[in-house]
Amino acid sequence: MRNLFSRERRYSELSESVREHLAERVEELVEDGVARDEAEVRARREFGNVTLLEERSREVWHWPRAESWWADLRLAVRRLGKAPGFAATALLTLAIGIGANTAVFSVVNSVLLKPLPYPHAEQLVSLRLQAPGAEGLADFRDQLRLSGSMYFTFTEQNRTFQSVGVWQRRTVNVTGLAQPEEVCAALISDGVLETLNVPPAEGRWLSHADQDPHSAGPVMLSYGYWQRRFGGDRGAIGRNIQVDSQPRQIVGVMPRGFRVVDGDWDFDVLEPMALDRNAQPLAGFGLMGIGRMKPGVTVAEANADVARLIPVWMESWTNGPGTDPHWYVQWRITPHLLPLKQEVIGSVGSVLWVVMATLGVVMLIAWTNVANLLLVRAEARHMELSIRAALGAGRWRIARELLVESVLLGLVGGVLAVGVAYGGLQLLLAMEPTNLPRLNEIALDGWSLGFALLLAVMTGLVLGLIPVWRYARGGNALGVSSGGRTASASRERHRSRNVLVVAQVAMALVLLVGATLMIRTFEHLRHVDPGFADAGHVQTVRIGIPESMIPDPAMVARTQHDIVDQMAAIPGVQSVGFAAAAPMEGIEPNWNLIFREGQNDKGNDHPPMRLFNYVSPNYFRTMETPMIAGRDFTWTDVHGPTPVAILSESLAREMFGSPQAAIGKRIREFAVWHEVVGVVADVHENGIDQPSPAMVYWPPKPGDVPGLKTLDFARGATFVLRSERAGSEGLVNEAQRAVWRVNANLPVASLHTMQETASRSMARTSFTLVMLGIAGSMALVLGVIGIYGVISYTVSQRRREIGIRLALGAQRGALRWMFVRSALVLTGIGVGIGLVAAAGLMQLMKSLLFGVSPMDPTTYTAIPLVLAGCAAMASYLPARRAAGVDPMEALRSE
Amino acid sequence: MGKEEYRDLFPGALELMILQTLYRRPLHGYALAQHIKAISDELLQIEEGSLYPALQRMLKAGWLESEMGMSPRNRPVRIYKVTAAGAKRLEAERSSFEKMFAGITRVLAT
Repeated sequence: MRNLFSRERRYSELSESVREHLAERVEELVEDGVARDEAEVRARREFGNVTLLEERSREVWHWPRAESWWADLRLAVRRLGKAPGFAATALLTLAIGIGANTAVFSVVNSVLLKPLPYPHAEQLVSLRLQAPGAEGLADFRDQLRLSGSMYFTFTEQNRTFQSVGVWQRRTVNVTGLAQPEEVCAALISDGVLETLNVPPAEGRWLSHADQDPHSAGPVMLSYGYWQRRFGGDRGAIGRNIQVDSQPRQIVGVMPRGFRVVDGDWDFDVLEPMALDRNAQPLAGFGLMGIGRMKPGVTVAEANADVARLIPVWMESWTNGPGTDPHWYVQWRITPHLLPLKQEVIGSVGSVLWVVMATLGVVMLIAWTNVANLLLVRAEARHMELSIRAALGAGRWRIARELLVESVLLGLVGGVLAVGVAYGGLQLLLAMEPTNLPRLNEIALDGWSLGFALLLAVMTGLVLGLIPVWRYARGGNALGVSSGGRTASASRERHRSRNVLVVAQVAMALVLLVGATLMIRTFEHLRHVDPGFADAGHVQTVRIGIPESMIPDPAMVARTQHDIVDQMAAIPGVQSVGFAAAAPMEGIEPNWNLIFREGQNDKGNDHPPMRLFNYVSPNYFRTMETPMIAGRDFTWTDVHGPTPVAILSESLAREMFGSPQAAIGKRIREFAVWHEVVGVVADVHENGIDQPSPAMVYWPPKPGDVPGLKTLDFARGATFVLRSERAGSEGLVNEAQRAVWRVNANLPVASLHTMQETASRSMARTSFTLVMLGIAGSMALVLGVIGIYGVISYTVSQRRREIGIRLALGAQRGALRWMFVRSALVLTGIGVGIGLVAAAGLMQLMKSLLFGVSPMDPTTYTAIPLVLAGCAAMASYLPARRAAGVDPMEALRSE
Repeated sequence: MGKEEYRDLFPGALELMILQTLYRRPLHGYALAQHIKAISDELLQIEEGSLYPALQRMLKAGWLESEMGMSPRNRPVRIYKVTAAGAKRLEAERSSFEKMFAGITRVLAT
């Protein structure tokens, strides 16, 4: 490299030396008496060819290969600089195309491709079970969770796992730090930390000894919670915190980014699950299981191992005297182990691949546009290139020049694209799509940069090869003769550009169809009746009352009643109620066998399982969920002795035939019969795009089996307030004060409006919609630019022909139509190809659609019309210019 | 690179002559050309100018270096002199030439 820079000096030195040499020789000859003129001629003759020798001397310093590449590069830069409009358009198009693809690649790579952030993550599996024979269960989950007894069976008797653990989410109240607050806790059994195998950032793991069912064991904190509440103070280790009013010692902190089975859920506190091995029934399917397989074991082998253990489990445990352990045989429990990564990624994979494919198509469209521009430029140089080829320039030499220009475009575009990608990712992270797992791992890393580089180089080569293929090939002398002066351009010269336009239209059509289907999906979702109304005016407040604070269930119901009264007194609040879980909150549902009077009365006959929820009086009124029959709960139902229930409409129809018929009938979960007093409309509990489950609603009163902790009713409840001021800071503060007037130790969480909760459940659709919408509009704009560019270039090339036609008496209207028609023909072919492609590709999007078929006829009619309209408009402008040509001027030019 | 350079001489002859001349005494381009011409005029036909590409090659190879000096006519000129690497090269070239000449002589003597 130094050579390149010091060379200017060398060259001037060399010329100096040669000049000195000649001057000295002339001096000498003059001294010898030769005339000066004569002397100069002789000196030069003796010296030889000055220019040639200087040239040779310079070549000594050259690095000839690189030199001529460098020269080509400089030429390309200069040529682009001469056409700033072209350069800016091409670079912007490429920067956006490559940038968007790089950004999405970063997301796909971080979310889908990279292993989970646990050592040897490929050994981790999620212990999923299926129970196709369990009636009613299929209503809400195709997945059966593990029971404590299963955990003990699996962990003690498996042959394929290094370790097995179970865990469960819950919310706990932490008091005594700042304000009381509700935080997320993960209850973990022995084996969970060993399975995930991430060492603690501070302190130690929860140990086997900590899993003592008879004492309140220690806890660990998440890194985030440690930073938030303790400012990252190491002194926190060993301190006690009040968890649900019980003092628990902090023994360790997990490192930043650690999650218990990474997903959209994050914990603040890790608690030992402390399962009592001596008190586990068969049932209690509420735990999620993970396992680390031994090295070299496949998922299928592990699956077979667990399948072997299911009968063992049934033999070893019991639900109590008099029950039949083999009853579960009819459930047909089978393991369905999944690699943990698949569990974490969930359904987001399909969204991301669709987005990636979409942007890939945008990239293709961007390529065709820039390729078109390059073709036009190469065509303008047709004469020059032909002459050079005729003078003996090698095919490769000319190809190289064209390639250098396009690769330069690609690389500069790539550099700009990294900026675009960075901005795009920041935007994405700022949007915080809640349904995107592993969000915290998304970054523009080396892989992304490599991808951008690859794409940039590929862009350069692909773009360069088209004109190279057209012009460097043969470089025939024909070009010289036919280039400028013939009457009109040959068909051959338009073919490549026409093909590009057709491709562009086809791709734009596919994207627009996709975007439109998403818009229609969104519309359908918006028109689904969620079972509640005017969600923007419903404020939610979540309050948990731990057993350690108020042990007596009757007292809890009292406290909740007091809170409702206090909240109802807030000015502007129209009505207040609460439920154990509000719709779409993602709170885990409760379910059990529900018996109906007059049927399934015998002990071993098992009715279907049903989901249930606890709701207060006025809850349905507040949510504006219509009562179909009967009446709402009253406070007398809550505090009084008469057991009652409300059914959802679909459940009432299923069990009793009609809502009216259900009123007065009796059902039970345990021993006590409850009278059905009302039927309410179905509610989309699990999200607007999910079917509304059949539900039983109990009043929030103490369970009918006293002393069974797990059967406790709504200790955690979501209070709903209907008010014009929902979502305002003022209402939230007043609601908080209302709670604290009842009990100052109660934490308040989940302060949202119902509208926000409902929107979150549509997040996947809106995310896909936004991405496809952006891609679709980009495709449309690029496609229109492409058509406009081709037609207007054709017009400029055919001025002469148009002049002749006009001179011979062609009608201007007919001329205009000729150009519009050629655009429409291209569009028509593109639409045809695009429709076929769309029909195939949209099947892949099926899982993202709701209420719309992937072959939606409206969409498939409207989009081609829109495209044809755009094409007609894009070609009309240049066509009008063509018709406006003055024949004399056109024929006289050149 | 530049093989035509050796049309009139066998490969390396010009370099050897330049190195030998400059090793004895640093000279500027014109003086060097005159010197080589003078000693080889009858035997070898070279253009004065053909020295310069050779000089550049040798500068690049590091056998020579140039510095500003004064010509006998009191003009500022570039004086070329042999570097340590150049001296080593001269030694190697000379011995290989001598071997070659000895070989040729022996062949011609038979």
